[in-house]
Amino acid sequence: MEAVRTNEAGLRRDEWLERMKLFGLGSPAILLILVILVIPVGWLFYVSFIGADGTFSLENYERMLKRKSYARIFQTTFEVSFLTTGLCILIGYPLAYFIAGLPNRIANLCLITVLLPFWTSLLVRTYAWLVLLQKRGLVNEWAISLGLWDEPIKMVHNMTGTLIGMVHIMLPFLILPVYGAMKAIDRDLMKAAANLGASPRRAFWTVFFPLTLPGLFAGSLMVFILCLGFFVTPAVLGGGKVIMVSMKIVSNIELFVNWGAASALGVVLLVSTMVILWIASRFLNLEKMTGGGH
Amino acid sequence: MLRWFQSPATETQITHGQRLWLYVIAVITMVLLVTPTLIVVPMSFSDSQYLEFPPETWSTRWYDHYFGSPEWMLATRTSFKAAFLTMLVATPIGVLAAYGLHCSKIRFVRAAFVLMITPMMVPVVLVAIGAFYAYVQLQILYTITGLVLAHTVLALPLVVIVTGSALKSFDMSQEEAARSLGAPRWKAFLTVTLPQIRFAVVTSALLSFLTSFDEVVVAMFVSGGDNPTLTRNMFNALRDQIDPTIASISTIMILVTTGMMVLAQVFGQQKTKSK
Repeated sequence: MEAVRTNEAGLRRDEWLERMKLFGLGSPAILLILVILVIPVGWLFYVSFIGADGTFSLENYERMLKRKSYARIFQTTFEVSFLTTGLCILIGYPLAYFIAGLPNRIANLCLITVLLPFWTSLLVRTYAWLVLLQKRGLVNEWAISLGLWDEPIKMVHNMTGTLIGMVHIMLPFLILPVYGAMKAIDRDLMKAAANLGASPRRAFWTVFFPLTLPGLFAGSLMVFILCLGFFVTPAVLGGGKVIMVSMKIVSNIELFVNWGAASALGVVLLVSTMVILWIASRFLNLEKMTGGGH
Repeated sequence: MLRWFQSPATETQITHGQRLWLYVIAVITMVLLVTPTLIVVPMSFSDSQYLEFPPETWSTRWYDHYFGSPEWMLATRTSFKAAFLTMLVATPIGVLAAYGLHCSKIRFVRAAFVLMITPMMVPVVLVAIGAFYAYVQLQILYTITGLVLAHTVLALPLVVIVTGSALKSFDMSQEEAARSLGAPRWKAFLTVTLPQIRFAVVTSALLSFLTSFDEVVVAMFVSGGDNPTLTRNMFNALRDQIDPTIASISTIMILVTTGMMVLAQVFGQQKTKSK
């Protein structure tokens, strides 16, 4: 009896050791993320609480509250993020719906039009819009020759250009989860609704649309969060007129070498992102979105 | 044609004609998604400073300028080197981590998984300035090593997610069978598991390559000096004026990306065939 028990304990210890060893396989990845990402960001967190005289102070945060320029930056950031998310929903949802209703072979072809920009370099796409939207660009040229407007319109280096570029870049992030949700819907439900006398519109809004909400929510969340921290597109297409938080962080470091101010802004950006993710995680399964769940 | 308009389009009684607007919007959206990027390709062969479309006179002057410029060539070499090394580092580390987390069912697995996808959730600007600070301390600023390490961190979440989900749909009892027949765990993994998740591993590798190759913000901070990346130089050029040379570089970058996509497709096809 005694021997059996020690054997059992030994086995359990062996199993535990084995599991720890397996877990250890992740250690290079964990170590790398800790050294390159977590510790430096932790340091930024610390620096944000150090004032110009080198002691603990909240001046970096107070500055953000006091100065009008900072309020404007936050306002712009949220404005751009909300508008981009909204436009992505308006444009992306119908497209996802259209593709989801097609036979598989054609649907796959249409999906390529979503995936191609998804894979193409962000910088290349931003550059393309810069070329197309500039004063002597293709859009102005064609619109004038078609008689849509007479004078070249300034569509780049301002909010319009930024939004066009951002929506173009964010659309796949919205379309793909929405499309996934739509494909998972049992279409017999729509037949049942029609059979029970619902008009096509009513069947759509009361049966189909609610079932796509998790996908729509996940996609919108993704777009919104990516927008909050976005840098390249507003920096190039905004032409200095659309200043978002990430751009201010960069200029604080590159131009003013003010680590305190940059870190404080970074902390605010990070905390808002995390709070949004946390609130969202209470409503939907984030692990499912990232593939972590079963 | 008229009959098609009046035929039912979905499971409900709506006809194609009634939802013609949807088709129009969808087609316009698809065109707008694809053309802006692709139109850069013919434009890059324009002779004009203003990148006409369609080009009035065709020329390769912007390509000549690109291939003749030592700075652009240096940046191109750096980008390819960094992307290739990132792929070589991120893929094995990430696959190992995904496998370890998948098999080891201890309590910290969830926390470790969250840690591994944080690089995706932290705004990239913070990653960039954090790495910049760390590299000054470690004295690896403007080195390929530093650049590759930072890009590896950005690529790891993708590798862990893609490989992890492949492992989830893989039947681990096959590996257990190999081990009960006497194969050590590493051998069972290499000969039984790995060949069956190879599609995910290859996809992870390609994604790692592209993550590094297309990355701008981190490269802006930690690459430079003797090792500036292509994206860093492009971004700086874009801030100043519209340099037509960028159109030729963009075309080459589109080619690289498309090549990667085709590779991924080829591997995907092989997988479905072998099934």
